[in-house]
Amino acid sequence: MLQIDTSIQNELIRDSLRTFPDECCGFLLGRETANNRVIEEIIIVNNSKEGDKRRRFEITAKDYLKAEQQADEKKLTLLGVYHSHPNHPSIPSEHDRVVAQPFFSYIIVAVKENEFVSLQSWTLNDNFQFEEEDVLIKTIIPTI
Amino acid sequence: MATIIIPTPLRRFTNQQSRVQSSGVNIKESIADLTTNYPDLKKNLLDDEGKIRGFVNIFLGDEDIRNLQAENTSVKEDAVISIIPAIAGGSGLDDINFSKEELARYNRHIIIPDFGIDAQKKLKAAKVLVVGSGGLGSPVLLYLAAAGVGTIGIVDFDVVDDSNLQRQVLFGTESIGKPKVEAAKERLQSLNPHIKINTYNTQLTSVNALELIREYDVVADGTDNFPTRYLVNDASVLAGKPNVYASIFQFEGQVSVFNYTNAKGETGPNYRDLYPTPPAPGLFPSCAEGGVLGVLPGIIGSLQANEVIKVITGVGEPLSGRFFVFDALSFETRVLKITKRESTPPITELIDYEQFCGVKSVQKKIKEISVEEFIQWKESGDDFQVIDVREPFEYEDINIGALLIPLGAITSRTSEISRDKKVVIHCKVGGRSAKAVQELEEKFGFDNLYNLKGGILAILQETDLLDSQL
Repeated sequence: MLQIDTSIQNELIRDSLRTFPDECCGFLLGRETANNRVIEEIIIVNNSKEGDKRRRFEITAKDYLKAEQQADEKKLTLLGVYHSHPNHPSIPSEHDRVVAQPFFSYIIVAVKENEFVSLQSWTLNDNFQFEEEDVLIKTIIPTI
Repeated sequence: MATIIIPTPLRRFTNQQSRVQSSGVNIKESIADLTTNYPDLKKNLLDDEGKIRGFVNIFLGDEDIRNLQAENTSVKEDAVISIIPAIAGGSGLDDINFSKEELARYNRHIIIPDFGIDAQKKLKAAKVLVVGSGGLGSPVLLYLAAAGVGTIGIVDFDVVDDSNLQRQVLFGTESIGKPKVEAAKERLQSLNPHIKINTYNTQLTSVNALELIREYDVVADGTDNFPTRYLVNDASVLAGKPNVYASIFQFEGQVSVFNYTNAKGETGPNYRDLYPTPPAPGLFPSCAEGGVLGVLPGIIGSLQANEVIKVITGVGEPLSGRFFVFDALSFETRVLKITKRESTPPITELIDYEQFCGVKSVQKKIKEISVEEFIQWKESGDDFQVIDVREPFEYEDINIGALLIPLGAITSRTSEISRDKKVVIHCKVGGRSAKAVQELEEKFGFDNLYNLKGGILAILQETDLLDSQL
């Protein structure tokens, strides 16, 4: 189960809409317990893909290293990656699958122009196939 | 011993260690040593031939080994090696490949410097929905299929009529009487067997339009009436898909690209920015009513196919925010600028477009009988007339002894049609006879006509009537 609160969800949607019609991308940082992953913050990363950013994203090795370092410094774990699918369902493509890493949660945000469509998370199983991961969106009750 | 930094996703193969020691004089040896100590890492780092996988980056210090001597880069005792997984993805394209036959077929595309294999891949990955397979749909479908658009959907509920062949070059004499989508699929699949054709033998309506259009990347509107034109436009806007539009009338043609989102994320105008409300009913008759020069849809439909290809490949400047008009008589062309209107109300849902355009909402349902009922009438000795509306050459080929009045002549030979007993009208599969019934009811007030469902083909399949010389 992947847990995110509404403010994180909003950040993901905002980034997806901001970059439309291009794909956005970034990292998910948080803590892991036996059955749960709680995303505590995200790192927005520049989509470094040269060419068609509407259908593709790429994160540079340097940005990846930085994300690992940030996770280390904050005593968090790098739990996964998010990216958007503009005008496309939030289902991983074959292209997503072939480069996917084990362990990581892959959040995909489907958006249309000015409109959030859906958010799903996926993890790779031992046969290198994607399986959907349950996502729990928690509403934070503001403290008075 | 060099230190290897293990990325988070691979730490479960190193007992959660983020840094491990490894020995080796170069990168290849260091990685080999690492996978010997932690064998589960192997399938994530190396391919079947033992080479480092394409999506694994290895850095020595802060330099990618691809910029050094790759696997042969030498490693010092105190070196820090980082394994960095490539983080990439997207909604697909790199998994598009071509067979030898396809490469040969598309060669003249691939060798254009500004087009190339990348544009050809985009064509193969693309899904285009063509609404209407008539005059405009014919060249659009032929050229998109020939160009290698990977998936083409065709929506049309009509059957091929002999009056179509003057301009609908997708069909031949042998297609008369067949559903258009079926005849189109056959022709396109023989032109290009490497693509997928989805057919929808149905009318596009407010109920099915969104669901259908969402399945595709681009819509090409080749319809001949205002209600469907507004429907295609609104559904494209709601689904966020570009709508490549064309229309023809008598000697004039028009082309534009609506609802197109450019690389900067700006979406261009749509049909409603051009025509917020439909014209008065009857002001612009359809081709069936007003006629059209047969070659005109060939010219305009080819321009429409060109725009579809540009929208898919991103090559060139699509005709978005511009409106092309061609006058075949004077050979004058104009390109008008169109912009989004502030005053155009946003499209929020699909409506009843026939009501919106002020045309009659549904065609009156005609009476039909099945082959089974037809036989029952025959056997019970009912007195009724049978009329065949096919062409003489079809009649000569095979018939059930009915009175032959080809569809084109039906309105001028009404005196031969009985008014005081039941009349069964048939053709090859039921399309032309339905038209005949409709026309005779509307214009001549007949109320005793029955369309034979499935036509003579159904009779052939279901009975031995022909053998027994009815």
